[in-house]
Amino acid sequence: MRGSRHVRGAAGALAMALAATGCGVIVGTSGGANGGAVLSSSWGDPQNPLEPANTNEVQGGKVLDMIFRGLKKYDPRTGRAQNWLARSIETEDSRNYTVRIKRGWTFSNGEKVTARSFVNAWNYGASLRNNQKNAYFFGYIDGYDRVHPDSGRQSAPALSGLKVVDDHTFTVRLNQKFSGFPDTLGYAAFAPLPRVFFTDHAAWVKKPVGNGPYTVESYTRGSQMYLRKWDGYPGTDKARNDGVTLMVYTDSNTAYTDLLAGNLDLVDDIPAAQLKNVEGDLGDRYINTPAGIIQTLAFPYYDKAWNRPGSAKVRTGLSMAINRRQITEMIFRGTRTPATDWTSPVLGVDGGFKAGLCGRACDYDPARAKQLIKEGGGIPGGQVKITYNADSGSHRQWVDAVCNSVNNALGNDRACVGNPVGTFADFRKQIGQHTMTGPFRAGWQMDYPLIQNFLQPLYYTGASSNDGKWSDREFDRLVDRANARTDTAEAVAGFQEAEKVVRDQMAAVPLWYQNGNAGYSDRLSHVALNPFSVPVYNEIKVG
Amino acid sequence: MGRYVLRRLLQMIPVFIGATLLIFLMVNVMGDPVAGLCGERACDPATAAALRREFGLDKPLWQQYLTYMAKVFTGDFGTAFNGQPVTELMATAFPVTVRLTVVAIVFEIVIGVTLGVVTGLKRGRPADTAVLLATLVVISVPTFVTGLMLQLLLGIKWHWIRPSVRYGTLDELIVPGLVLASVSLAYVTRLTRTSIAENKRSDYVRTAIAKGLPRHRVITRHLLRNSLIPVVTFIGTDIGALMGGAIVTERIFNIHGVGYQLYQGILRQNTQTVVGFVTVLVLVFLVANLLVDLLYAVLDPRIRYA
Amino acid sequence: MRDQPQQPEGAIAGTGMGGAMDLGASEAVTLERTPGGPAGTGPAGRPRSLWSDAWRDLRRNPVFLLSALVILFLVFISLWPSAIASGSPLTCDLAKAQDGAAPGAPFGYDGQGCNVYTRTVYGARASVTVGLCATLGVALLGSVLGGLAGYFGGVWDSVLSRVTDIFFAIPVVLGGLVLLSVVTSNTVWPVVGFMVLLGWPQISRIARGAVITAKQNDYVQAARALGASDSRILLRHIAPNAVAPVIVVATIALGTYIALEATLSYLGVGLKPPSVSWGIDISAASPYIRNAPHALLWPAGALALTVLAFIMLGDAVRDALDPKLR
Repeated sequence: MRGSRHVRGAAGALAMALAATGCGVIVGTSGGANGGAVLSSSWGDPQNPLEPANTNEVQGGKVLDMIFRGLKKYDPRTGRAQNWLARSIETEDSRNYTVRIKRGWTFSNGEKVTARSFVNAWNYGASLRNNQKNAYFFGYIDGYDRVHPDSGRQSAPALSGLKVVDDHTFTVRLNQKFSGFPDTLGYAAFAPLPRVFFTDHAAWVKKPVGNGPYTVESYTRGSQMYLRKWDGYPGTDKARNDGVTLMVYTDSNTAYTDLLAGNLDLVDDIPAAQLKNVEGDLGDRYINTPAGIIQTLAFPYYDKAWNRPGSAKVRTGLSMAINRRQITEMIFRGTRTPATDWTSPVLGVDGGFKAGLCGRACDYDPARAKQLIKEGGGIPGGQVKITYNADSGSHRQWVDAVCNSVNNALGNDRACVGNPVGTFADFRKQIGQHTMTGPFRAGWQMDYPLIQNFLQPLYYTGASSNDGKWSDREFDRLVDRANARTDTAEAVAGFQEAEKVVRDQMAAVPLWYQNGNAGYSDRLSHVALNPFSVPVYNEIKVG
Repeated sequence: MGRYVLRRLLQMIPVFIGATLLIFLMVNVMGDPVAGLCGERACDPATAAALRREFGLDKPLWQQYLTYMAKVFTGDFGTAFNGQPVTELMATAFPVTVRLTVVAIVFEIVIGVTLGVVTGLKRGRPADTAVLLATLVVISVPTFVTGLMLQLLLGIKWHWIRPSVRYGTLDELIVPGLVLASVSLAYVTRLTRTSIAENKRSDYVRTAIAKGLPRHRVITRHLLRNSLIPVVTFIGTDIGALMGGAIVTERIFNIHGVGYQLYQGILRQNTQTVVGFVTVLVLVFLVANLLVDLLYAVLDPRIRYA
Repeated sequence: MRDQPQQPEGAIAGTGMGGAMDLGASEAVTLERTPGGPAGTGPAGRPRSLWSDAWRDLRRNPVFLLSALVILFLVFISLWPSAIASGSPLTCDLAKAQDGAAPGAPFGYDGQGCNVYTRTVYGARASVTVGLCATLGVALLGSVLGGLAGYFGGVWDSVLSRVTDIFFAIPVVLGGLVLLSVVTSNTVWPVVGFMVLLGWPQISRIARGAVITAKQNDYVQAARALGASDSRILLRHIAPNAVAPVIVVATIALGTYIALEATLSYLGVGLKPPSVSWGIDISAASPYIRNAPHALLWPAGALALTVLAFIMLGDAVRDALDPKLR
């Protein structure tokens, strides 16, 4: 607050003026108690209540990551799933699993974490009557179709595939073979829940109680949350600071501005427009690390114009008209990497990432692009409209840049235009009602680091996020086969076979892999982002 | 007087119903709020249906409106999608915005009226022309440009202020208040100036001067009192506009007030939040208008309400 | 003074429209109360009308001449932008993003590598179209509805007064966010339509007040006594005398509509690409304010200049039409 004296004087004068005009004024409101080694970090207002199975976006996920620990935890650096509360998860047939839990874990209110804490939480999350938006995560468990039918009422109170054996053991039976299942269990939806969640739900939502390294000290919805270090935390990943204050920002530009002014310690979403100056502003207090996010353009396959015999050529042509390298450099300043497959580098080569799988189809080649589009019968309607939601992120910048790139490649000013949709809700509605008439923004942030998560939910016939309604029998067959493999390497190879079908049909145009980026104040050290682009809060040191 | 007030209150009823119905319809035109609730995925149909039932979205529109209004009259403004009662949101948002509005209005009165009186008395002089030009410039630059520029210069380049508002205290709200007030402030200046210039030549001022009253007494007791009538009118009716119009200012300075809640509500198509906040704004607007008209009678004895 | 509640209501003409849009109205309030007769006769010679007096004043007013010149220039470049700018505003080269001034691009390049000069010149058309069309629509709708209500009074007047109250009670920016967020068309018409929808009550109040004042004039009573029809009285006697305040307010409002378009674009609900408008450019450049301020300042400057020209024009017209200030 250098030089704020000037303003203080004016404030005094103003306050006096207000007093003189007889206005009652409340001065000062309480904030998070920022004493000790507490850091402040930018945040967005979570859209849904902070229940584990109801949180499907990063901002709410950030909090869950601090106050919960599940059976598995993804290593903040490698992303590999490792046992955390689980002592062991065993199977012989990739379908029946036995889960054993470590002893000594408790919730921050003292209650012991038992097999029941998990089973009850999972049943709650799957149950239709609780309206949990992540319910489909439990879709692999036997009996899901009865507690969460596609229509009508639920006909069973709990998942028949879950059985508590004793305090520290339970079994899971799946409705199909899924060798990757244990690795999905680090996702927040699978977190255990204390009894108070069920007995006094309203109070719990106001101030969530979990078993992670932090506890919620105070929560002013829509404004800020103060999380304090939980001293009794039994895990090895104890918090190395005294607490974190999450401050809600509407506009990431403002958050960044506040970081520069010294009013905020950590910003984990640096807006694209600020990236040009970020190294000058922050020096080595800027981090830019790969995250499990890929941006693509999806197509409306329910629209005949995009599902003709020559369409694959048109789509490939569009892909080749996009100068990914230039856009990632000029717009994103290296916080994105041109995509050359449909997964993410954070999977690692062993996990299924394969650079260059896309081949020439992802190279910028204006001449070939023009030729392919012509061979494929031209752009439907003569103009590509790329639909995106204009209310968040830096979507507008890159869509405009992609369109300019396509226009320049095709030598036509109006070959491609951005089509902004005012709100995310409306964008999703247009997708849900299948009213898209051209390519649209499709971003995918992995739920868990498996190649399966980058392919099956997006391209499998009828899958939950197959927004373009793409359908290919060969792809489906290859995915089914890969899922049934018990050997990880074989499963990965199987998925890569399926990925080649996506490439040949250009089911979606891969654009770039998104990095997580963050900037922090000089009070902090040991700041890192995990592969989900969330700061690893517990490792941050203050002062 | 009593009958007049009663009549005005009765007139408020259709306006209140009409305005809330209008906003209710508008928000519903925006479409299906459930579509945006499940993140980058489509909600599964069963959950979507259950959510619609929970929020009453499966009922016909007129029924939704009636249910909503019936609840509003019992003080229940519904629940936002994140499970928080809208009244709780109001309790945190309105105090901040009221403070911001008060700061803005103080600026309008102190700076606007002072400049207006000075220029009105010195019509045609260089000072007058300069202020007049300045007001025109302020009016013609959009608020968000002014706001962004001030934030960049004062907040980042010169470190005079915090670039964003954290607690919503008065000292933090000075610059945002000034930005919010800027356009109205220019208008108040011009309004006062015109009014003063007109009344300066009126008979009662001439009489007062002829009587030999001291200049400052003529200005404060005679000229100002009469000239402020349109200014008071303007400021009074500006209150509602300022509170609702703070969307841009609150966004730039990250103020968690009414404008912020409305913006969030619209982005998430949260009918309950938007309609609730607008309902309160409409009430504020109507009451402010009534008070202004009553104040009118106090300032101008020639007006009597039957 | 009259003891009917109409008086104070008429006096607060133009409020509520979210700050910017109403001011002219409040200032113009004084006009309504001035007797709008066919104006006094001059000291000697042929009778002079309010209009010819005003025109004589205006011709000598440098403010008017200057603003008229600016507006003529704007209209010219809206019609023939290619006359002073070469190239297409849609041709952008990302390699030049955020660069400063260069030969052929005196204003530099924006975040997408588009030529800021070309875009600023081409942007005039959308802004001027929005301003003119919205004002025309608002003035027509508002004065017809307000004039009829003022002339006939009674139930329709009460209903209209309440309806205008309803529209005043809803903040403009909020209405824009809600209504325009669902629009998919990329023409100027949804934005114009929205402005007309939420702007007409402002003019309607002015027109109503002006007609009520004009109605009470002797010559109107005389015409009525002579058996003239309502339509004849309205068109021949009242309209010419009630139109002055409407023109004044409309001119000033025109500037504010142009500014409003920019604000709506800033919030992401204004015009849509590939339209080229100052609002779109300002909003796209605002995040780049630190690195490429030129991309923001040129279109913002052009916008401010345009708004300024229209407000000054309205100011000059009001001064000329307001006998009180003579």
